Amino acid sequence: MSNNPAAAVKSFLRGAKGIADAYLVVLKHLFRKKLTEPYPEFKRELPERTRARIVLTRTPSGDERCVACYLCSGACPVNCISMQSAEREDGRRHASWFRINFARCIYCGLCEEACPTLAIQLTPDFEFAKDDILKFVYEKEDLLINGGGKHPDYDFYAHCGVAFGAKKGGHAGERPPVDVKTNLP
Amino acid sequence: MTFSLGFAVLIVKMIVVLVVLLLMAAYMVLLERKLLGWFQLRPGPNRVGPFGLLQPIADGMKMLLKEDLIPRHADRFLFLVAPALLALTTLLAFAVVPFGPDLSIGGVTIPQVISDLNVGMLMVLALSSIGVYGVALGGWASNSKFSLLGAIRGAAMMISYELPLSLALVPVVMLSHSFSMVDIVNAQAGYPFLLIQPLAFALFFVSAMAESKRIPFDLPEAENEIMAGFHTEYSGMRFALFFVGEYVNMVLLGSLVAVFFLGGWQGPFLPPIVWFLIKVMLTPIFLIWTRASLPRLRYDQLMHLCWKALTPLALINIVITGAVMAW
Repeated sequence: MSNNPAAAVKSFLRGAKGIADAYLVVLKHLFRKKLTEPYPEFKRELPERTRARIVLTRTPSGDERCVACYLCSGACPVNCISMQSAEREDGRRHASWFRINFARCIYCGLCEEACPTLAIQLTPDFEFAKDDILKFVYEKEDLLINGGGKHPDYDFYAHCGVAFGAKKGGHAGERPPVDVKTNLP
Repeated sequence: MTFSLGFAVLIVKMIVVLVVLLLMAAYMVLLERKLLGWFQLRPGPNRVGPFGLLQPIADGMKMLLKEDLIPRHADRFLFLVAPALLALTTLLAFAVVPFGPDLSIGGVTIPQVISDLNVGMLMVLALSSIGVYGVALGGWASNSKFSLLGAIRGAAMMISYELPLSLALVPVVMLSHSFSMVDIVNAQAGYPFLLIQPLAFALFFVSAMAESKRIPFDLPEAENEIMAGFHTEYSGMRFALFFVGEYVNMVLLGSLVAVFFLGGWQGPFLPPIVWFLIKVMLTPIFLIWTRASLPRLRYDQLMHLCWKALTPLALINIVITGAVMAW
């Protein structure tokens, strides 16, 4: 506060104007268009690579792609993936049970990157809220989908793997063996 | 009027006032959230019921069903009593607020006030001082640093704003020659005191904003400095009681401003109770508008304002009013 009355009045008026301006600006906002888009009525277009609910995909022939190699569960930073590997009668490996705890999952996508068979994939479906935390534990039946997801034509066992019947050079997409003698100068 | 009839009428009046007040407090929360939303370009709560009108009921259910936590080192008795003290004193103050002129039903005169005390105004001021005990004891009993800081601020604020709050009302008493709220309203039959006492109105209004513990004077709560201040440790229905106290207090301040400066229930054309409600709602709406507009004052700035600006102005105002009346 100044001892000079004129300066004090001036400073008071300046302060009062500052406060009145704040009120006016706020009042103006009352009549402006709302910025909020109400969610369930308006759905934003998601980015293409949005990562959300995890699924297990199938080969074009309808087989499970997962070979229970544990790479996804090893890569998972929050340990939300667990499984038990088993072997089918024809020697093909698969998961006897497969479990993802979505209450723990952080949707980082490292499992998808680790998967050698492109079995585990993240989808953009994020709307699966639940009223009970235990309902977030998804079993293999809940995770499996009918289809190949992002890579519908890919089939791991058609390309490599053991004891699957095909002879050398007979796998899908495999080029015939090179006759090394033709390479000689 | 026989004693038993008078008693029955009194009980009915008390029940009506209590129910209306608690409903108003609940819907004041909705009004605040809606208005704040609109000020911030948001729609506000709009999911529960049409336009979110059932939101207060949903909030009440939630509060009732929540766990009532008591910290282990808290002073149990005081911790339990403090929220009730705040809500109680605020609700009690409505006993002397006149809602309209005397009604006469079947030859019986029923005053629209629960009790026309001849010291009504003093009682309101005394209750508002006791209400601070709710804040101070709640913060102390929680045995938490943040709560204690909030309680200290609440007590420090109280000794600052109580003086201008009371002094600003002295000219009103001088003009109406009475402490009774009914007489004060009747004295404003010609014109509201706002027109002849604008300075007293401004002083009272600023002090009342401090009394309501809301922005810009929400020092005891100050979410971003000391979490929730005095009610940090409270949960469930006890937390809700603090909130009821705060929002009923907003309605109370609206009524006090209406009674002391805006002429109470007096007004042309409309029925008195409608006029009273309109005038009561002006102050809470302005308080919400203020919350959207102003930042929080510092603790020393508040004391500076109250002691060095408001109190001297109130004293000068009393002297001028006395001089004009004597002359």
